[in-house]
Order: sequence, then structure tokens, then C-alpha cells
Amino acid sequence: MAEVEETLKRIQSHKGVVGLIVVNAEGIPIRTTLDNSTTVQYAGLLHQLSMKARSTVRDIDPQNDLTFLRIRSKKHEIMVAPDREYLLIVIQNPSE
Amino acid sequence: MSQRKFSKPRQSTVLGPGQGLKISSQKVPKGSSKKKDDDESTEIGEGLDEWAQNKVLLKPTDQLELTEADLKEEFTRVLTANNPHAPQNIVRYNFKERAYKPISMVEQLAVHFSLEGHMLHKDSDEARRQRARVDSTEEIVPAESSLVEFEDAEEQMEATDESLKTDSVEPAEVIEIASKGKKEQKLTNQFNFSERASQTYNNLNRDRASQTKAPPRATFSDSANQWEIYDAYVKEVQLQEKAKEKQKPSAKKEETIQKKIALEYQGDDITRVSKSSKIVERMVNQNIYDDVAQDFKYFEDLSDDFRDQEGTLLPLWKFQYEKAKRLAVTALCWNPRYNDLFAVGHGSYDFLKQTRGMLLLYSMKNPSFPEFAFSTDSGIMCLDIHHEHPYILAAGFYDGNVAIYNLKKPSSQANYKSASSTGKHTDPVWQVRWQKNDMDNNLNFYSVSSDGRVVSWTLIKNELVYTDIIRMTVEGTTSDKPEALQLHVIGCGTSFAFHKQKDHLFLVGTEEGKIHKCSKAYSSHFLETFNAHNMTVDAIRWNPFHLKIFISCSSDWTVKIWDHTFNTPVFTFDLNAAVGDVAWAPYSSTVFAAVTTDGKVHVFDLNINKYEAICIQAVVAKKKTKPTHLEFNPIYPIIVVGDDRGQVTCLKLSPNLRKLPKEKKGQEVQKGPAYEIAKLERLLNLVREPSGAETK
Repeated sequence: MAEVEETLKRIQSHKGVVGLIVVNAEGIPIRTTLDNSTTVQYAGLLHQLSMKARSTVRDIDPQNDLTFLRIRSKKHEIMVAPDREYLLIVIQNPSE
Repeated sequence: MSQRKFSKPRQSTVLGPGQGLKISSQKVPKGSSKKKDDDESTEIGEGLDEWAQNKVLLKPTDQLELTEADLKEEFTRVLTANNPHAPQNIVRYNFKERAYKPISMVEQLAVHFSLEGHMLHKDSDEARRQRARVDSTEEIVPAESSLVEFEDAEEQMEATDESLKTDSVEPAEVIEIASKGKKEQKLTNQFNFSERASQTYNNLNRDRASQTKAPPRATFSDSANQWEIYDAYVKEVQLQEKAKEKQKPSAKKEETIQKKIALEYQGDDITRVSKSSKIVERMVNQNIYDDVAQDFKYFEDLSDDFRDQEGTLLPLWKFQYEKAKRLAVTALCWNPRYNDLFAVGHGSYDFLKQTRGMLLLYSMKNPSFPEFAFSTDSGIMCLDIHHEHPYILAAGFYDGNVAIYNLKKPSSQANYKSASSTGKHTDPVWQVRWQKNDMDNNLNFYSVSSDGRVVSWTLIKNELVYTDIIRMTVEGTTSDKPEALQLHVIGCGTSFAFHKQKDHLFLVGTEEGKIHKCSKAYSSHFLETFNAHNMTVDAIRWNPFHLKIFISCSSDWTVKIWDHTFNTPVFTFDLNAAVGDVAWAPYSSTVFAAVTTDGKVHVFDLNINKYEAICIQAVVAKKKTKPTHLEFNPIYPIIVVGDDRGQVTCLKLSPNLRKLPKEKKGQEVQKGPAYEIAKLERLLNLVREPSGAETK
């Protein structure tokens, strides 16, 4: 457990990392480094998106599964890692 | 009416039932035909009688005399039920056809006589009714007369006898009849019936209504995807398997499984993202070091084309860990299976500053933080990763211990460690090397220490068992260095190298600069001794392609290449500084690299230049920092260099440093180990010829 905490702390301290959100299966954020409204917005939207992405992957081949989702935008890179029904969302500014 | 034929002599008349009835009820009015019938029947009857009596013919006098033919003549008479008086020409007007039509069916019934009787049977209904009427009207009238009137003839016949008795019986009967009549009058009033009725007001119609709360409604919709169906099936299969498993094992196992599940669920929510957090960390690092990653994969130094033969080293990532900042890198080892993973041993080469050690495993995917970290009490001096089990590490320590780390079983300490009671070295362990599994398939490795021993360690049932292979003693030093006799009664091994093919053959480098060719079979006897260097032999390595060739480096500033069948070195290079490590390139038989304490990496390609390095480059930031070790990646054209400040630098070899055979257009490009051996052999021959001439 401590190991995970440490890893999360390290991720936050890395260069360009804007925020880190952990979202549970219902799409409710349970841990965040961002402010409330931004967190809720990110959590809700990315939960939907990752569910859709997962559904797409699994619809093509039911034995397959989504492991990682990277969204590259003009300003940020949003990384979504689904793990045992939880979502780990990290927003990074790679050009910083 | 149907007609029938009667044969005269026979007289067997067969009559239908209807006909018979009619004959009996109706008296057929045909007189003539009946007479004839009667005649015939009498005739026959007489005939029979005559036949029965003694054939005496008595003829009436008026009998017709008939001839035989007359007698036999048959007369056909037809008996009909037609009424001879019935009209036969009745016509009736038919309106349909507008004409008179004769009527074929005429009533044939003729009544000749009819008589209405006035007698009634005593018991018949009519008789009773009449009796009752008479009784009610005339009560007093004696019953006798009235009764007698209605009596039949037969009763009258009886009356003669009974008339005497009637007088006495009569009064009782009369009383009875009277009582009966009274009772019958009552019948009319049997039911005391009265009809009553009353009318009520009509109720007014009224409408009443009330409204209830609408029941809650919710729209529910879902779509079944293919994968949802698949999941459902998989779940079902798993349940079935579980059910099967449950039937077999005892209840204890079930409990343990349940406990395990419970433990899994008890874990903190955050731990669920443990795996993904690692992935994300790598991704974040990839973004940060994006340019480095691009260089690693795609950058080729174009300036190499203009530099003729010389090459460069491009620094890529730098690996550093906070806790190992002041600890020198004492060992480097790439993981044989995961090409991005390497192990770093931290310790100290300074005799006066021995503190602690660290064992770190870095991945190129995450240069900012080690994948695994183990801290040790004593400094680590050497490392080796098992080739078949890339998660098992052997380490040698400054205090003479050896240990095994298993990365699959995470723990902060070594999984197996030697102890002073179990034959640990008394001096620092300078090198460890995994060997092939022994006959019982136990893991085993060799270690060499400056206490003069080469020890084989075998892992048997969670215990490290040691076997001394060689105890080295110093030979031939007594005369040269008298004082050394007292101090160095034993030889100090500092490095060794095992032959690739001959399992028993290995080389040991010593502190005195000698290299011993040894065999595992002989414990205290060297096959050969090379007087290789004047100072400590820091590293020995066999050539990966040519099996006879090995390289050695020493603190006496030299790197030497040897053929193990010759006593003298094939090549000698002076690098102007103590050489810490030397390594053959895995892709070419003629390329090797060495690090010197002045902070430089020297890369040689004998095929290009037999006398000088084709690349000499400083790889450390500060002048004081000394690089200590170097290792080639088995796949990628990169090396890692460790220094005494605890930093590991990854460098990419420029294209000139990894030239592959490309000359002679038109010819097929030669590759493979055979070509590499030939390449080195050709060089060796060039060198040997003059040297052989010199010795002559």
C-alpha cells in the first residue's frame, strides 16, 4: 500500500504533471490533486470515454481488454489506466 | 296396395302383418273373391280329411265333374285392400299448372258398422269421475243403485251371491266416501297466500371520483453487447468449475480460498491502482524524456560519415537514486530476458570508507526511479543474473558474504545469504557467476574472493551449501619480494571468467596481476599461469565468438588480448590510466570497450584500427568522478557506464562503432558467428606471423 502511495507521489512530482485523479467504478473520484469542479468534470467525462473505449475493444474481440488510454491534445496529454475497475487519470503537459 | 299370388292347391297363404290386421279389422267387401277362398279352403280341408281316412271318395251330388286338366289349371286371384266404392275419378284444380288433375290417392276406408258402447270399466278414470260427481251431488242416494248401473255384466253375475252381504257393508262405505269428499273440498284452500307490495323512493345517481398519486416510473434500457454475453458465459463456466472443485476438496481448502478473497477485498482502495500507477509512471517518464527515447530509437550520428572511422557516444538517460548517491557503482548486469532492465550494485572501493550497499534494478522505461531497490548492510561488490531465471540474482559483498535475491518474492532483504558458519569468504567477493544447474538440478554459482578461494555455492533446500574449488597460493614471488612472503601466502583472486563451451575451464585474475587457467577438476593445480599484468587484474572476459580469445584489463593502465593457448598476449593497449572494466561487444568479435579512471570510455574495433581506439570519450560530468564499470546491452547498440558517484549513464554507440560488414558490393553480406570468428582469426594471423618471427 505504501508502495502505491509512493508511486502516486512520485508521479505528481514529475515534471509537467498537472494532476492525478483516481476514480472508482461508478465514476466517483476518490483521490485527486485538482480542485473540486475540475476533478468532477474530468472524472465524469473520462469515465464515460474509457467505458466506451473498453466496450469498443471488447466488442471487437470479447477476450481482449483495454489496458491503457492516451489522449494527446494541444495542451495536455491525458493518460487513463483502468485497473480492477478503478481508473487512474493523469494529466500531463509534456511540453513544459 | 301390393299384390300377392296364391297357388290354388297349396293354400299356404303368407300374409304381411299390416295386411293381416287390415283383414281382421276391416271386413273386406269383395264377396265373390271371399267365397272362392272359402271354397278352396274347404276343398283342401276335405281333401286332407279324405287322405287321412281310407280314401273313400264321397262326392256331393252337385259336384262339377272336372277333367284332370281342369283340376290342374291355376287361377290367379289378387287380393287388394281397395275400396270398390271409392271414387276413382276425382279431380282437383291445380293452381300451379292451371288445370284439373286427377287425384290418385283416394281414401280407401269404408265403415260398415259402428256402435258406441255405454259401459265403463269400474276402475277407469271416467268411472271414478262419474262416481265422485254423483256422490257430491246426491249424498243420501243409496250407492247400490248407482253403482249397479255402472257395473259390468260380469259383476251382475256375482251380485246374486253378494247382494246379501252388501246391506251390512254399505253404511261404512258411505261414511268413507263422505269423509273423502269433505277433504277434497279443503284442497282448494291449501295455501294461505296473500300478495303484498309497496313502493319506495328511487335513489338519485351520484358520481364520485378521486385522484391518486401516479406510481413512480423510471425508464430502463440496456443493450447486450457481444462481450457482455461472453462475460456471462465465462462467469457461468467459472461457477461450474467452482462447483466441481467444491465437491472434491475438503472444507478446509474452501475456507482458505474464502479467506484469501476476503483479504483481497480488504485491501485499501488505492492499492487497486498499483499496477496502473506503475504504467502511468512510465508513461509520464516517457513524455518527460521523449527526446531521449527518440534518440535511443532513431538517432544516428550523421557526422560519422565525415569522420572516416572514428565514432562517438551519445549520452542518453542518467540513472540515479537518492539513497545511492554516494555509493560507487561496483557492478552492472543486464537482464538476459528483459532487454530494458539492468541491475546495479552499489558499494565502495575505498577501503577506508566502507559503509552500506544498495542493489537497484532500473528499467530504461523509467529512468527516474528504480524498479526494485534493496539496501544492504555491507557494500555490494559484484552481481550476476541467472540466465534461465531472469528474476534470480546473485550478489557478493565486501564482507565476504554471498546472497541470492528473488525478485518474484518481494522482501527487503536477500532471500538466501551465506553466513560465517557456512563458509563465507573472509575477504571481499570480487565476482560471482551463475553456472549451469548441477546434476540434481540445483541452482549454483561460483564466487571469487581475495581470500584466495574460488567457491561453488549450491542452493539446496533453502540453504547455501559451499564447496571450495581452488585455494590459490602465491608462487614464485618469494625471491622477488621477500616481505610479500609473510603477507601474501595466499593468492588474491579478483576476477574470473568461465569458458563458454568447456564447462570445467575458467580463468582467474589475481591481485598480483597473474591470470591462472584453472579447471574445476583440479583444486590446487593450475593448468597454466599467465604473467599478465603488473597490478590487479580488474576484469577478464572471453570473446563471445572466438573461443580461444580472452581479454583482460588491469590497474597498470593496460588492456591485453590473449589466446589461451599462448603465453604471450596477442594485443596490448596502453590507455594511460587505470582500466576499471573491459567488455566485448555482443555484435562483433573485434569490438570491445574499456573504462578508465580518468573518466573516459575507450572503444576499439580491431578490424578498423589495431593500435588505437576509434572512440575515446569522457562520460562523466566532473573530473573527479571515476567511471568504474561498463556493460554492453545484449540487443541494442548501447552501453551503461557506472561511476563512483553512484550514477549510471546510458550511452548510444554511433554507427562507426558498430560497423557491420558492408564492403564489396555484389557479394552477399556475411554475417553470423562463423564470419566473426574468421574476422578475428585473420587479424590474429596478421599479428602472430611477425611475433613468431621475432621469437625465432
